[in-house]
Amino acid sequence: MCLGVPGQIVSLVNPEEALAMVDVGGVRRPVNVSFLLEDRPAQECVGDWVLVHAGFALTRIDAEEAARTLELLEELGEMRGEPDA
Amino acid sequence: MKYVDEFRDPARARILVEEIHRLVARIPAARGRPLQIMEVCGGHTHTIFRYGIQQMLPEEVEYVHGPGCPVCVLPMGRVDDCVALAERPEVIFSTFGDAVRVPGSRKSLLKAKAEGADVRIVYAPLDALALARRHPDREVIFFGLGFETTMPSTAMALIQARKAGIGNFSLFCNHITIIPTIKAMLDSPDLQLDGFLGPGHVSTVIGTRPYDFIARDYRRPITVAGFEPLDVLQSTYMVLKQLADRRCEVENQYARVVRRDGNGPALAAIAEVFELREFFEWRGLGSIDQSGVRLRAAYAAYDAERKFAVANISIADPKSCQCGEVLKGIIKPHQCKVFGTACTPETPLGSLMVSSEGACAAHYSYARRTGSPTVPA
Repeated sequence: MCLGVPGQIVSLVNPEEALAMVDVGGVRRPVNVSFLLEDRPAQECVGDWVLVHAGFALTRIDAEEAARTLELLEELGEMRGEPDA
Repeated sequence: MKYVDEFRDPARARILVEEIHRLVARIPAARGRPLQIMEVCGGHTHTIFRYGIQQMLPEEVEYVHGPGCPVCVLPMGRVDDCVALAERPEVIFSTFGDAVRVPGSRKSLLKAKAEGADVRIVYAPLDALALARRHPDREVIFFGLGFETTMPSTAMALIQARKAGIGNFSLFCNHITIIPTIKAMLDSPDLQLDGFLGPGHVSTVIGTRPYDFIARDYRRPITVAGFEPLDVLQSTYMVLKQLADRRCEVENQYARVVRRDGNGPALAAIAEVFELREFFEWRGLGSIDQSGVRLRAAYAAYDAERKFAVANISIADPKSCQCGEVLKGIIKPHQCKVFGTACTPETPLGSLMVSSEGACAAHYSYARRTGSPTVPA
C-alpha cells in the first residue's frame, strides 16, 4: 500500500498542473510533483530523483544521504576483525 | 535500478548479518525470551519474508509483524459498506487493486464486480477523479485507504475536485493515522516490544519528529527504515545497537528520503481536507481512539458517507480467523488454525492473507514450504 519507487523527472508535461514525466526503471509515466515545489519551481525539478507513490512524487531522493548510508555499511565492514573493546 | 540495486548487495548484507550476531551476543538476555522488534509497516513485513531476513538473524531476535498494512486492518463491516455502495446502479466504485479482494461478510468487491457492479481498479486517486470527469452522468466514489503515505494524494484529488466544481465525485474515507496505532501497540498488555522499525514512506510525509514520544515516554528505540533488504538489516542493527548501549532514540536509517520535519506541502494538503475521528474500528484490534480521519465540513459535499446512506455496521470476524492475534504478534501466521488450509491467498478468510504486505500472505508465499527462505534471484 505504502510502496514507493524511485524515478527520475525527465521533462515537464504541464507546469500549471505540476505534472511531470518520470522515468521509473525505463517506464515513463506522468506524475504530479506539487508536493516538491516548496523550495523551487517545477521548471527546476527536471533531472531530480524522486520517490513516486500513487501518482505523486512524495519526496526528493538525496544522493548525498544515500551515499552516506552506504558509507556507514562500509565502515562496519572495515571494523571487522578488530577485537571488541 | 538506481537507489535499489546497491541496497540489495549480498556482500554488504553478509557483513551486516555477522555484525548483528556479534552485537546480540553482547546484549544480556535479561528476560529469558527473544528481543522483539516490531516492523510497523507491511512493506517491511514483505521484505523480511521475501529475503528470509528473520532466518539470517540470531535466535535471540524476533520480528513482530505490526498493523501497518491498511488492507489487512480493514474491518468486515467496512467492506460490506463498500459492496453496498458499489452495487448502486448510478455508482462507479474505484479503489486500489489490493482492496477489491478483501472478504466482506457477504462478498468481496471483486465478487460484486463479477456480479455486475461497476468496480474499477485505479492506480491513483487522481485517476478516479478523471473517471468522474469522463462520466458526468455517473457518481464516482473513490474508496480511499492507507496511512499518511496515501493521504496526501487523496487530499489533492479532493482539493482539485472542489476547485473545479466537480459534483459527481466523492470519497469513502478509510484513511488511518500511524501515531495512535503505534501508541495502541505500546499500551497493549499483550505486547512487550523491545524496539521498532519505523515506517519509511509514512515518514517521508510526517517526518521523524512525531516518534519522539516513543523514545522519551515509552523508553523504546525506533529506527525509521527503508525497504530494501540492506535497509532492513541496517535498521535492525541500529535498534539492537541502541539496546546494547542502553539508549532510546529516534534514528533515521532512511535519510535519503526521510527528513525530520517531513513534507510541508503534503502535510498542508492533509490538514486542509481531513480531521480526526473520535475512534475508528480495526479488524482484529478493535476500536482505537483517534486512529482514523474523516472529511472536514468544507468537503462534506465530497463525503460518500454523507452523500449516500452508509450502514456502518460492525461485523465480527469469522470465529476461525486469528488475524487479531497475528496482528499483535501473539501467534505466528502458520500457528493460526486455518492458515494454508481454509485460508489461502486464492480464497482468503482473513485480511492478512489478502495483501502481499500481510504477514500471512507473505509467510504463505515465501516461507511455507521449507520453513526456510527462498531468496529470489
